[in-house]
Amino acid sequence: MTTLVFLESHDGELTKGGLGVLGKAASLGDDVAGVVLGSGVRDVAAAAGAFGAATVYVVDDEALAAPLPQPRVDALEAVVRESGADTVLFAASVLAADVAAGLAARLEAGLNWDLADLRRDGDELVGVRPALGDTVLVEVGWTSAPRLALIRAGTFDPVESGGSADVKDVSATFQEFSTQARLVEHLTEKASGPSIEDADVIVAGGRGLGSPEGFSYCEELAEALGGAVAATRAVVDAGWYPYAAQVGQTGKTVSPKLYIALGISGAIQHKVGMQGSGTIVAVNKDPNAPIFDFADLGVVGDLTQIAPKLTELLRARR
Amino acid sequence: MKIAVCVKQVPDATSHKRLDAATHRLDRSGEGVLNATDVNAVEEALGGEVVVVSLGPEKALESLRKALAMGADRALLVSDDAAAGSDLLATSRALAAALEREEADLILFGQQSSDGDGAVLWAAVSDRLRRPMVSQVAELKVEGAELTGKRQTEFGYDVIAAPLPAVVAVSDAINEPRYPSLKGIMGAKSKPQETLSLADVGVEAGVVGEAGSGTTVRSSSPPPAKSGQVKIEDDGSAAEKIVDYLAEKRMI
Repeated sequence: MTTLVFLESHDGELTKGGLGVLGKAASLGDDVAGVVLGSGVRDVAAAAGAFGAATVYVVDDEALAAPLPQPRVDALEAVVRESGADTVLFAASVLAADVAAGLAARLEAGLNWDLADLRRDGDELVGVRPALGDTVLVEVGWTSAPRLALIRAGTFDPVESGGSADVKDVSATFQEFSTQARLVEHLTEKASGPSIEDADVIVAGGRGLGSPEGFSYCEELAEALGGAVAATRAVVDAGWYPYAAQVGQTGKTVSPKLYIALGISGAIQHKVGMQGSGTIVAVNKDPNAPIFDFADLGVVGDLTQIAPKLTELLRARR
Repeated sequence: MKIAVCVKQVPDATSHKRLDAATHRLDRSGEGVLNATDVNAVEEALGGEVVVVSLGPEKALESLRKALAMGADRALLVSDDAAAGSDLLATSRALAAALEREEADLILFGQQSSDGDGAVLWAAVSDRLRRPMVSQVAELKVEGAELTGKRQTEFGYDVIAAPLPAVVAVSDAINEPRYPSLKGIMGAKSKPQETLSLADVGVEAGVVGEAGSGTTVRSSSPPPAKSGQVKIEDDGSAAEKIVDYLAEKRMI
């Protein structure tokens, strides 16, 4: 019985999410193998041995150079067949979600997503999924093979065990439709201000700020608290704030001691990036905003009144 | 250009969503609305020949009318008792079959359904249809027989090009959807609205619903309660109350 864990790499390093899932899979007592798909990634792949993989399957091919999902479905299909794996696990990411669902259709194999835990029940694998905005906890299983699962981002931290992995090359053939999409260019934006990943205090803003200028409420409050400013995807995509500050499904995952959300509704895409925060304070006009379901202190009110006053009071205390 | 937009009826955001205790399926008996981020996909499609395609209970047609009121030309609902309880595998099978019939140049999806939270259906559908696919698209252009999408990932934006026919999942920031005009709402009623069974789209009952699914729900239970949550309404003293709260928690 072999469990495969999809390992993503970026800039020559394996990402933390996949390595965390690797450690969890190893703790369940199965044979665990990593899978690294890319171009020029053999050296990167070997690093997975130190995090619980006995074997790492590598498909090293020019067709996998760009971070696109469809050729990865072809490659992963080849690895599943080669390894005879009965389980394939993914740490949720933009890329991994598309690969997992494409593989599900390809292999006619059931996929469970957004899992916050995995456990063994005899021969069976059981996934735990908080559903409907975390208002219900669902236990899920599989009725087909192999079992596919996407694990919630940031659920498991990598555990360095110091082992080494046997690297096995697998070759894949690519479907015509899988290689039709192509990367034209990658755009990055320079970060400004303190990094949100290391900050103890984050003041985050969403659409409720009303305009790009509304971020001054966040910036001043963050300055008074010695914290960093973050933003939701909606306002980043709208060009109100730089991408480097984005928290959520497609942005960064943060866990500061204090997270103050101004004008953020708390959609699931945002929540997954900040639910690990110590204390969450939310200010929103809409009393039905989902963020009030998980804020420690929820304030229904006008942030343009409350934020400046709060900043002033905090400055006065210093 | 012909565009098919895949949409879903979901429970109204203000309703209390719950799972049926016996089947562990979402209770869909209450008020339904067109899934919010699907509205962005409809908006993005307008200008072409637009058909909205959905899988769901018969009453889902009410929500599809909102898309027609916005300007979509036709609605196609696949509705069949045998499809209830379908997971990703079964849903993508039925939807792909309905989409095959339409032969659209472009198939659009919204970012995420508010009830299923999966945000993966497009990837399964595109693999079944053997079409190129781009997801998380914040800007979309179609020129001739090629599309260009600006895709957001954890590492920034990737600009991706793909030939048509293709599948694209858009983000909710791609546009500001219009509100249907009164004229649009009145006109929606007379636009073509078709409800088909699984047999009509060539799908056997055994490959959808629970029988055609690869996953199962074993049990559901309330989550451990988050303790000590406080919610207040601002009466002019909210800023002071936040300071007191943070001071009490020794955070300032």
